Amino acid sequence: MKIVVMCGIGLGTSAILKVNAERALERLDIDASVQATDVAGVRAAAADAQVILTSSELVNAIGKTNADVIVINNYFDVDELVAKLEVALGS
Amino acid sequence: MPLPHLPLNAITIGAHADDWPAAITAAGDALVRSGAATSAYTERMIAVIREFGAYIVIAPGLALAHARPGADVLTDGLCVVTLAEPVAFGHPHNDPVSVIVGLAVTGADDHLQFVAELANVFNDPKVISALAGATTAEFVQSVFGRS
Repeated sequence: MKIVVMCGIGLGTSAILKVNAERALERLDIDASVQATDVAGVRAAAADAQVILTSSELVNAIGKTNADVIVINNYFDVDELVAKLEVALGS
Repeated sequence: MPLPHLPLNAITIGAHADDWPAAITAAGDALVRSGAATSAYTERMIAVIREFGAYIVIAPGLALAHARPGADVLTDGLCVVTLAEPVAFGHPHNDPVSVIVGLAVTGADDHLQFVAELANVFNDPKVISALAGATTAEFVQSVFGRS
């Protein structure tokens, strides 16, 4: 399984989201790779991804995708990530 | 790789900023003061927000100011600015911002470990309000010293 985390420039904020998404996946006992990308690279990165995690500010920049887009409000809140990933991946 | 050193001259307590560009400029000034970046980097941090919006407000009250690596980044660096009055960045959930962490990195690949350390600091939900209420740079330094 592949999860893409996207921010504007592909480092810094997306790296924080990647670290905490990996912590959430570990807690859920889900085996998935997490790749950080930027707005310019999201289409290619998400072509084979189940989920894209990003900010509400960037949802419109994603364009068409088959992946589930999940908006994360607090990038440091692993509980929020666990709850939202559980809904997206559990069904 | 641990967090880059957070020198006292990279910390500003109770900065006054009328709007978000002024708040980001305060963070850029702190990075310039500590020798991590030149003022051109400040302009690039502002440009990121102008291009992509307020997504850098990644938690309630906290903005992570940063831009891509470049010639204007002199060394990996971190700065912290607390605002006397919180400032709106335009984020639907996390406004207003009272703490800005500024980040300058020389390379995209090797910054992951240091971002993980930053995540360790802020995974404690009390940290942002503790920083917002800080009255001394030494206190801010101590928050980032333990992880």
